[in-house]
Amino acid sequence: MKELTAREIPCSAEPLIFDKKLCIGCARCVNVCQVDIMIPSPEKGKPPVVLYPGECYYCGACVMECPRPGAIRLQHPLMNRAKFVPLEQLR
Amino acid sequence: MDYKWPYKNEVGQEERVSCDVLVLGGGMAGCYAAIAAARHGASVILVEKGATVRSGAAGTGFDHWETACTNPGSRVTPKEIAEAFIDEQSHYSNGIAQYICCREGWDRLLDMESFGGKIRDTEDEFVGADFRDDETKLMYAYDYRNRYTLRVWGTTFKPALCREMKRLGVKVYEYTEATALLTARTAGGRKRNAGAVGMNTRTGKLLVVSAKETVLAMSRPARVWLFHPDLVGLCEFRPPQSIGSGHAMGWRAGVEFTMMEKSVPGEFSAAGRSFPPYGAGNNHNTWYAATMVDARGVEIPYVDRDGRELKTVAERYLPAPGQKFFLKGGVIDEAKYEYRGPETLPFDELMRRGYKLPFYADLSRMPEAERRVIWGMMVGQEGKTQVPVLQNYTERGFDPEKHALQSYGAGWKSATFLAQERQLFGAPGGIFHDWDLKTNLDGLYAAGDQLFASDCAGFAAATGYYAGRKAAAAVREAPEPEIDEADVKSEKDRLYAPLMRESGIRWKELNMAISKTMQNYCGGIKNEEMMAEGLALLKDYEENIVPRLVCDNPHELVRTHEVLDILTVSQMIIEACRMRKSGAKALYFERTDYPRMDPPEDAHFITIRQEKGQVIRGDVPFDYYGDIEEEYEKHNRDYIDEMTGMYNRDYTDGTAGIHNRDYRNEDPKGGRQR
Repeated sequence: MKELTAREIPCSAEPLIFDKKLCIGCARCVNVCQVDIMIPSPEKGKPPVVLYPGECYYCGACVMECPRPGAIRLQHPLMNRAKFVPLEQLR
Repeated sequence: MDYKWPYKNEVGQEERVSCDVLVLGGGMAGCYAAIAAARHGASVILVEKGATVRSGAAGTGFDHWETACTNPGSRVTPKEIAEAFIDEQSHYSNGIAQYICCREGWDRLLDMESFGGKIRDTEDEFVGADFRDDETKLMYAYDYRNRYTLRVWGTTFKPALCREMKRLGVKVYEYTEATALLTARTAGGRKRNAGAVGMNTRTGKLLVVSAKETVLAMSRPARVWLFHPDLVGLCEFRPPQSIGSGHAMGWRAGVEFTMMEKSVPGEFSAAGRSFPPYGAGNNHNTWYAATMVDARGVEIPYVDRDGRELKTVAERYLPAPGQKFFLKGGVIDEAKYEYRGPETLPFDELMRRGYKLPFYADLSRMPEAERRVIWGMMVGQEGKTQVPVLQNYTERGFDPEKHALQSYGAGWKSATFLAQERQLFGAPGGIFHDWDLKTNLDGLYAAGDQLFASDCAGFAAATGYYAGRKAAAAVREAPEPEIDEADVKSEKDRLYAPLMRESGIRWKELNMAISKTMQNYCGGIKNEEMMAEGLALLKDYEENIVPRLVCDNPHELVRTHEVLDILTVSQMIIEACRMRKSGAKALYFERTDYPRMDPPEDAHFITIRQEKGQVIRGDVPFDYYGDIEEEYEKHNRDYIDEMTGMYNRDYTDGTAGIHNRDYRNEDPKGGRQR
């Protein structure tokens, strides 16, 4: 039986952004994610590691669960940022 | 960078448990099933792949509960609406489940309220609005005259269901994927389900559950035609781990399915063409009936079913003159004349009249309450909107009073797809069942998206509860489950194989190949030769690629198992497509070798199941379920009696419901059951 290992599988987007100053490394986001894309940081008190960013469902459950508002943010892939315009522009 | 796997390595270890009722899947349907079974005295185990509190398609919420026809404001009957849905879907519809949903949906909402979920505007945020009943504080969507679809605060629902399951003593195995049903022949020679096998998605530990009755509630297939190896989580509308494992497990065990030949041209895939759900300008579903404008800011007219232009926003929520009610919602696209509600002018007509692209949703032109209920409540409570749309767009500066949001496709889809880019969407195929939501296997029930022609969250809740209560009622007569150890052993070997290899092919490569195969050989154009080619290629993958799959840890092993299930489901879909030898408009099904559309002799359900490697066809008339109201009442005397007097019908203080009955302390052997 081989040893279980993990490595980050990067993708073209970065769905989750952590604020290192605010994050307390509680891993509540890790344990609410239904796709299980993160692992707790090997270093205590630090933000989790997003091993599988490409598997993110962009549901925001991790942000809803975070006890420190702002410690984790969800960011859509650039191509999915819908455009909005000031009403004055539609004249 | 490489990391040490942070969880215990329990690969090869086994846990054995038993219960009366096993529920597979912890979304809306599964949670309600577990609660129903526990209330009726059964010992219950629920197996969920993620963290139940926010898992499933409704994990982070949903904003409207369709067809709660018995709510106190409703002006329609369950029979009226269920029959309208059946007719609207040209009878390729699940009459049994639709009726259950219409008849019991409101009961499930009251349950939800008693668990702590929010179903009323208790903070009086919308007092006096057209869509609100100020006495009950209930808020309605779509048809404000008939009031049978409710706006709800769905972000509160999954946590409430979890609390209730805990209170009732349901044993929940989280981060555990169910992978196989365990069946055995009974003394009479009938096949009976006896439990299931699962695996912990973090530690790799095997779970073997023996159960007298099992409810399958594991969503619907996905990533069959649409796969994007870079943004896997955005390939489909439902969560990436909901890929139809329940369908694959059922197929392997001999469960009967129907309508599996139905697939629709893609409606949603934000890995490619679409935008975040409910995050682009549109006037459907959550955004109904937003004001739409063109690039010059000219308002796009709404018309009723007769083409009469509507002058006010209020009229968008009312049936046409002479029309009793209209249908809107998750599976209603362009309704038949009889049920068609107000809609903006058709796209072609807008182009003819010189409206300029792109279009935008402009909520600033709506009455304040309508604007606030779309942006703030519906967008906010619908799944994947609270953080990804409401919060995210607000942070980016969007203000619905000052900005217009661009529209990208027709309606809510926000994109247009090619014919071969297909999805199981809009009431797709699934498990065939009887009035107990029981499958063709004894001891096995199904609920939610696992059923054929399934709808939305209210459908999942109503059918989940119903299946759970039927399963619990059957426990008394059920034999002790017998598990065949050889089946457990072979499943264990199958599950762990990719983890044992040192090198090979990884899951994404196989998923990509399957999707391309399905696009090429079972896309918009279907015929016998092409589908035979497709099946042969899938068989080749099964024989030559599957034995080479490799992965590094339990998480990747789960993804690998999912692709094995996608492979099974793809084969099942092609087999089903081969069975129907004519086109069917309502199934979005066309064949070049059998070009006739909807010949009367084929206007019925075709069922398929697998036995000893052979695919077996069944032909079942549309009306196999009889008169929906009469049959429902015949099959549910116990529930009707149980409900009599259960609800105190005083809705004014927001505390009505069955929470005044404490199921936990009741003797399950007491007088409530038959």
